[in-house]
Amino acid sequence: MKKHDGQMKPRQSRNKDEWERTTLAEQLDRAGERPADFSTVSSLPIERLATSEDLDGWDPGTDLGLPGEYPYTRGIHPTMYRGRLWTMRQFAGFGSAADTNERFKYLLDHGQTGLSTAFDLPTLMGRDSDDEMAEGEVGKEGVAIDTLADMERLFDGIPLDQVSTSMTINAPAAVIFCMYLAVAEKQGVSFEKLNGTLQNDILKEYIAQKEWIYPPRPSMRIITDLMAFCTRHVPKWNTISISGYHIREAGSTAVQELAFTLADGIAYVQAGIDAGLDVDAFAPRLSFFFNSHNDFFEEIAKLRAARRIWARVMRERFGAKQERSWKLRFHTQTAGCSLTAQQPHNNIVRVTVQALAGVLGGTQSLHTDSYDEALALPSDDAVTVALRTQQILAEESGVTNTVDPLAGSYFVESLTNRVEREALDYIERIDAMGGIVAAIERGYPQKEIADASYKYQHQLEDGSKTIVGVNKYVAENETRPRILRIDDSVGHKQIERLARVKAERDADRLDATLAALRNGAEGDENLIPLMLDAVRAHATVGEVCQALVPVFGTYQESSVL
Amino acid sequence: MSEQPKLRLLVGKVGLDGHDRGAKIVARAFRDAGFEVIYTGLHQTAEMVVNTALQEDVDAISLSILSGAHNHLFPKVIGLLKEKGAQDIQVFGGGILPDEDIASLKEAGVMEVFTPGASMKEIIEWVRANIKSRRLD
Repeated sequence: MKKHDGQMKPRQSRNKDEWERTTLAEQLDRAGERPADFSTVSSLPIERLATSEDLDGWDPGTDLGLPGEYPYTRGIHPTMYRGRLWTMRQFAGFGSAADTNERFKYLLDHGQTGLSTAFDLPTLMGRDSDDEMAEGEVGKEGVAIDTLADMERLFDGIPLDQVSTSMTINAPAAVIFCMYLAVAEKQGVSFEKLNGTLQNDILKEYIAQKEWIYPPRPSMRIITDLMAFCTRHVPKWNTISISGYHIREAGSTAVQELAFTLADGIAYVQAGIDAGLDVDAFAPRLSFFFNSHNDFFEEIAKLRAARRIWARVMRERFGAKQERSWKLRFHTQTAGCSLTAQQPHNNIVRVTVQALAGVLGGTQSLHTDSYDEALALPSDDAVTVALRTQQILAEESGVTNTVDPLAGSYFVESLTNRVEREALDYIERIDAMGGIVAAIERGYPQKEIADASYKYQHQLEDGSKTIVGVNKYVAENETRPRILRIDDSVGHKQIERLARVKAERDADRLDATLAALRNGAEGDENLIPLMLDAVRAHATVGEVCQALVPVFGTYQESSVL
Repeated sequence: MSEQPKLRLLVGKVGLDGHDRGAKIVARAFRDAGFEVIYTGLHQTAEMVVNTALQEDVDAISLSILSGAHNHLFPKVIGLLKEKGAQDIQVFGGGILPDEDIASLKEAGVMEVFTPGASMKEIIEWVRANIKSRRLD
């Protein structure tokens, strides 16, 4: 090779320490770095540079593995999005059952096979539309369901053996599920053919979303009854979608979201085992639901760590034997709380970054938020842009061509390890308290989240964290986009329909079924068949829920500020 | 020398809405700003909020509503205060609500409405400038 005169030997540091003392030190002497806070949105400090030294002791064979293989850090499918794209599942529901039924049929006619149902606030709280507390809220944020008649209208003309239905409901989940079963019966569809998901995650209600009826322990009994019933009679049904989404929206950090969600999952699995179920019979029907916030790599690390922790928990802690029990399947939704009312079109960009993190984190399904959600319910235009965002990621960006492209990145792998370690620390603390139910009873996760959200609010106000358009690059005289409104007449009509059902039903049969349900709750009979009898007799959601209050009591939160 | 009495504020969640992130942040910010704060907790009726306000003898009620039921719940609380002869307890609040509703809420007697992006500092300054202790006179 030709030798060039006067040529210096290039400097190539042998390790990070040497680089820091030479190349980096010279640069810092000359220019320094921006006076920024180099940490994630959750305040996890981030180092300037990750190198192979950050992965000391990390074994790519056992800690990373290959796609479709334990511990599934690289994804639960060998081919990931080359095999099948994630499911683009946009959550919808509004007004009356007939309005939503029309929307469902439109979606089915356009090739969608999965339905996703949003219920209104009174239904989510187990209150009827004519309840005093429901005033002004009927049909506003989702569909209002009071009796079997509403559920029949919701699924009218939709063969339940040919669709999969996701129902986002928790405290009264078992009652709504029984109504779904009763509709299937009327259609002549057998329970084993039913396919779908109930959110049914009551523990995160106490931690974050705050839509509860009974205290945690009797609520856990209803959930184990439902798991037992489905294992025997509705084997294709996903019984719980264990949700970190709401924990994050309530202001938690990424690590807290991961830790509290997995701790909830551990509690459900333990409850199932304690109720005498075989872990491999019910665990494959558990799925997860995570948030994807603005901090790109932190989110990806969280999702990769989630799979690895869960696989090890299921195999090592619970002794699950089947692979299906080890695999953490999850849905992702972009972070509603990250969206701004100011300069709302900026939200399209935030959602894109968050959705991409969900995809690179290996999600099975995805909901992208609409850019106008910080203003009101999403408009049609905004919903379309949200769906198109997913389609562009899936079909234009090229990220679906290869499986887990970030694996082996010093930074991503070391951040995954770090998030995993911090989440495991939380889980250990919660175990020491006696599990998540005991931790909830003493307000532990609630307090941790309130502290994190207060801290973040201060960071926004002192400018150490930026939200474009809110605390930086603020625009004067903004115009706001058009928004969707739900008419109050929806509520009035629903109350009239409810009054008709109440007048026409057989009161003696109703009372008998509700009494049987209450008696069952006093003993240890499985409550699901008893609830099914009550909804067949046209009991309302509120009546079924109230029937158990004398036995189970109601939950009062001791508010932690 | 008598100092101005500390402001007493009730932070309330009314209706079935469980979104308490904002209410808790505001309550804590008020406390750290030196006000006396009573937080109602979740799922209160308008009657419960007004009764607590009277029992606690507060100077103002700050309501947080993210459920879309603001046009119903704000006027209800104000109406009940009037009924009980406590119209000098001021009502303000915040949440996710459209601009055009803010004007009609103000007409209905809501003093101020803060929407997403409002800072704790801005809210506290507004309270200092606009809420007067009822126990002065």
